[in-house]
Amino acid sequence: MELFTNQVLAGIATGAIYACMALAVVMIYQAIDHLNFAQGEMAMFSTFISWQLMQWGVSYWAAFLITLAFSFVAGIAIERILFKPLAKAPILTNVAGFIALFAIINSSAGLIWDFTIKQYPTPFGSAPFLGSQLISTHQAGMVGVTVLLLLGLYFFFQYTRIGLAMRAAASVPESARLVGINTSWMIALGWGMATAIGSIAGMLIAPVVFLEPNMMGGVLIYGFAAAVLGGLTSPFGAVVGGFLVGIFENLAGTYIPGVGNELKLPIALALIISVLVVKPAGLFGRHIVKRV
Amino acid sequence: MTTLLNVKDLRAYYGQVQALHGLSFSLNEGSLTTLLGANGAGKTTTLRAICNMVRSTGAIEFDGKPLNNRSTESIVRFGIAHVPQGRGTFTTMTVEENLQLGAITRKDSAGIVSDIERMYAHFPVLKQRHTQQAGTLSGGEQQMLAVARALMLRPRLMLLDEPSFGLAPLVVRDLFGILGKINREDKVSILVVEQNAQLALELADQAYVIETGRIVMSGNAKDIANNEEIRKSYLGY
Repeated sequence: MELFTNQVLAGIATGAIYACMALAVVMIYQAIDHLNFAQGEMAMFSTFISWQLMQWGVSYWAAFLITLAFSFVAGIAIERILFKPLAKAPILTNVAGFIALFAIINSSAGLIWDFTIKQYPTPFGSAPFLGSQLISTHQAGMVGVTVLLLLGLYFFFQYTRIGLAMRAAASVPESARLVGINTSWMIALGWGMATAIGSIAGMLIAPVVFLEPNMMGGVLIYGFAAAVLGGLTSPFGAVVGGFLVGIFENLAGTYIPGVGNELKLPIALALIISVLVVKPAGLFGRHIVKRV
Repeated sequence: MTTLLNVKDLRAYYGQVQALHGLSFSLNEGSLTTLLGANGAGKTTTLRAICNMVRSTGAIEFDGKPLNNRSTESIVRFGIAHVPQGRGTFTTMTVEENLQLGAITRKDSAGIVSDIERMYAHFPVLKQRHTQQAGTLSGGEQQMLAVARALMLRPRLMLLDEPSFGLAPLVVRDLFGILGKINREDKVSILVVEQNAQLALELADQAYVIETGRIVMSGNAKDIANNEEIRKSYLGY
């Protein structure tokens, strides 16, 4: 039983990271109807920025905040420079754009910081959390930061005018323009926020997976699995999906014989395919009621 | 009477296809003007061209200021509210959120709150359903919501694209009654595009008839309604 509890709690902790990645993916998907394959690489690059800042002697939380700001601006810049011109292009052109972005960011990070694995600090320490052996303080910190982030985002989208405008722009762009919303900038803002959310995921998971240019590969695939499971049209679903996938990953690794670390990725992919076959809209995918 | 909207030699294009062929008309401040015409005559295109949602040439002036080459969202800020064909409801959001979106360019939050109450007074059914997802409203209710959303801008000019489309005759009467009231009491100038010519002519003071992208007839709505020749050849009733 203790093993089970332990695995579920650890699953919730990594699930928090998947939830962040899934949320970032869903935000961009809502804005431009494409999956951002480079989301993980963007998060990785942001994490390197924070690491570099700390190498220069900036404290953890200052580096964290500077990195958030950097990621926000960088996300907007990427949208303005690369994806705004592609807005009316066919799907495959956009996919090529994402793959290019992936390769460019991955190799630039390798060029600047090389491919060796680096230690990444945690501000929470790695002692047992509240004296319990089940979960470490860093894992608890991951969950805590994610929950704060989610509450903040919920408040933003539900109770601020700009959040309302962003939702409107994503759901019916033409009507949004007709009430005076600059939909193009709402998309850019979505990119900025998604990139910042991704950078939080990167900085939180880096102490666990270690810092290197390919660190987010597996995390992003789990993020995709979470987004698909929860439903690509539902930010709430993405978050729930993230936690579920995290728990599922740990339990499968523990209890299904033969599934060790090596088979964890195929499990995520199998999950994506199963959801797409059985319930393509995902658990919380929106069923829009339409009357004519 | 001052001219609020002045359109001169408007030509609009969908790709290579020209939909408007040098159309000119004007609308006086405070008037309720209707554009009539058959399917494909260019009524919707005219409204879309005013809001720069279709490629066009020619001069469009609102209150003396040119609207050409401005983005759709900045044209709204002049006080032009456009209720598009199909109503443009934000179906996944609540009725109240739809109303708030109508006022998204305004800064006076107290005024917005009182205007939402005013809309609920105009359209009591919206108050009953204010927390409901807008997509679950009936067609007539959604049209009420679309008009209310447009009014939340406190517009000087409201453009309505076939408000009667798909609605039961009684609901249409209701809606047109409200439009007349808004025009008289709130001093909102209205340009309404309609296929239901009879009803539109009863409501409007000024009318234009479009055929294949040109104005072929204009004048006082009553005169047009009383002219049997025009009615038979252009309006089909």
